[in-house]
Amino acid sequence: MTFLRPLFVSFGALTLITGLAYPAAFTALAKITFPWQAGGSLLVIDGKLRGSSLIGQATEDPHYFWGRPSSTAPFPTNAAASGGSTLAASNPTLAQAVTDRMRILKAVDPDNSAPLPQDLITASASGLDPHISPESAHWQVARIARNRGLTTERVKNLVAQHVQRSLFGPPRVNVLELNLALDAQAHP
Amino acid sequence: MNAPLLLLLATLLGLLVLFGRPLGEYLGNVLEREPVASARFLVPVERGLYRAMGIDANDRMDWKRYLGALLAFNLVGLVFLIGLLLLQHRLPLNPQGFPPMGWALAFNTASSFVSNTNWQAYSGEVVLGHLAQSLGLTVQNFLSAATGLTVMAALARGIRRRKATNLGSFWVDLVRLTLYVLVPLSMAFGLFLVSQGVVQTWLPSVKALWLSAPSGAPAEQTIALGPAASQIAIKMLGTNGGGFFGANGAHPFENPTPLSNVVQIIAILLIPAACCFAFGKMVRDRRQGWALFVAMGLLLALATGLAGWAEHRPVPALQQAGIVHTAGSLEGKELRNGLDTSLLWSTATTAASSGSVNAQHDAMSPLAGLSQMVLMQIGEVAFGGVGSGLYGMLIFVFIGVFVSGLMVGRTPEYLGKKVEVFEMKMAALVVLIPSMFILVGTALTVLHPQVSTWVSNPGPHAFSQILYTWTSASANNGSAFAGMNVNTPFLNIGLGVAMLACRFAPIAAVLAIAGSLGSKKRTPPGPGTLPTHGPLFIGVLVSIVLLVGALTFLPALALGPVAEHFAAH
Repeated sequence: MTFLRPLFVSFGALTLITGLAYPAAFTALAKITFPWQAGGSLLVIDGKLRGSSLIGQATEDPHYFWGRPSSTAPFPTNAAASGGSTLAASNPTLAQAVTDRMRILKAVDPDNSAPLPQDLITASASGLDPHISPESAHWQVARIARNRGLTTERVKNLVAQHVQRSLFGPPRVNVLELNLALDAQAHP
Repeated sequence: MNAPLLLLLATLLGLLVLFGRPLGEYLGNVLEREPVASARFLVPVERGLYRAMGIDANDRMDWKRYLGALLAFNLVGLVFLIGLLLLQHRLPLNPQGFPPMGWALAFNTASSFVSNTNWQAYSGEVVLGHLAQSLGLTVQNFLSAATGLTVMAALARGIRRRKATNLGSFWVDLVRLTLYVLVPLSMAFGLFLVSQGVVQTWLPSVKALWLSAPSGAPAEQTIALGPAASQIAIKMLGTNGGGFFGANGAHPFENPTPLSNVVQIIAILLIPAACCFAFGKMVRDRRQGWALFVAMGLLLALATGLAGWAEHRPVPALQQAGIVHTAGSLEGKELRNGLDTSLLWSTATTAASSGSVNAQHDAMSPLAGLSQMVLMQIGEVAFGGVGSGLYGMLIFVFIGVFVSGLMVGRTPEYLGKKVEVFEMKMAALVVLIPSMFILVGTALTVLHPQVSTWVSNPGPHAFSQILYTWTSASANNGSAFAGMNVNTPFLNIGLGVAMLACRFAPIAAVLAIAGSLGSKKRTPPGPGTLPTHGPLFIGVLVSIVLLVGALTFLPALALGPVAEHFAAH
């Protein structure tokens, strides 16, 4: 069979090369060169796994900075089933959702009359966005300071220390890392 | 178009030339079977493979044998992948113990990955074990990309050779492309991705203690992990686009940083751009490769310009009191990517046949959605899929020289080969088959009694969701207006058939053209020959592409994104 032999041998061999040898060799190489990143950029504190620095954690607790709205099901920032908002700009549900998100943010901070930055009231593409803009963090500073009994200066400084800048992409704050730093300063 | 986006686009095209040219030379060397100095250690592997396969390195095939081998190879891949998806619960390396896929979804998924579409009616981390991801999907990420490149190589040989039936060997091309191009590139690119934070581990998932759990959540946050980087490297380089995780390139584990974001945009277009230069080398006329590159770049720039203008307009839902007024919308976008690179990724991914996404196309403005659809509907010839973008564009080149030839009364020819009735019939098939599947599929879906339960947005946008779905499958793209529920037997089977038919019927027609051109003699250029590398022909080519696309799809686009745009503004 001059046709079947190259057919099955090539498929079998290329399957083993690309589907087994390549991922296995690659995993070993990744583990040697970038072990922390390859393992999921996990944040372990006092022996306890508190999350991944790349994965957002939703919360409704006013003691913590809040991240971007998440549309994962059945609860926000479900990192076992990612998925983002697919609400079209023309969908009336979007206007309603934005109004609801604003209401919830204002409910825990009724005296804050500053306008809300857009990223804090729009749902992300992954449902797991770990960042907010520095403006969104500053919008929440007064609430955090009040709830934790800290000076706004101290919280502002903490936010400033956590602003990441890079050549591409907007300046941003990693919410989970900021919250962990808050907890390290003073527990609620 | 605003200045930052223009700068991004210009930088992207510049980098594609910078990296695409040497890669194209290298790709040409691999396909011309010249020894590859930088990978000498792989030569024994290559020779060993030929021995095991029982072929020799000078194996030669006419177009029918080349096509036969290609189809048989892809059929074996299809059956093997369906088997893996249906049996994953009985096989090892399924640490989460996921059940098998249903047969309609398994057929859809296998068709999708074999045809280089990578349409996903499932969410990776929710239904697939590591074995199915690696031995099934990663393998087809490589092999479907290699298949596209082999067809381009055969067509280039048909144009170059005279009175010859030999188009090369499918087996040799397949082995050399995989060993010398795709695997090493993926290794290097994948390692860069890991450095940025893309995960690569055999662990299934970990459980983290919430700082303060959101309501409705269990006590711990389960974070899905897996061997993602090895798959994402070839997902991006091979214009595959199927995500390891449901959120695809928006997921922080697939695309963690602004740097990984821009590098992945380059990766989407890198091999397709290199194909232009490889083609120029293979036909011994580098100017032809440049002309194709410029035409493709123009098409991408036009679409990006329109999408950029639309996406920067204010969104009424976000212009309420109490919100900082900014241009555009971040709904369905990641903050670290921002507006402009989300937009550029969306046009790059639909220009190429990638289909990976770093934002939700469904939530973008109507005319950005229109740009994405048009890029796919013109046959993904603005760089396009690896190999397939180039042979798709050459089909429009044949139509271009034919139309120009008719206008001035000269025999149409391309690089000394006469383009005649047979070539035009085949070229028409390549254009018509996907168009038919898009329009008929959309019409049938609109008429389906349950369609209103599948779409997730109201009004013209619902029609856009359906049109986008069939466009993506028939163009072998794989991106989606992801709000639509497509995991239904009707769509799984219908789209599965569309993906296979629109991949392999055009391939058959292209190889038939390659065979026909190869058997012709080469006429030296005369005073009446239309040069196909100058600005005039580039203009003709771009116009033909847009004209054919517009004639076919304007009515459908008017019902969807155009209506939605004018209703909103």
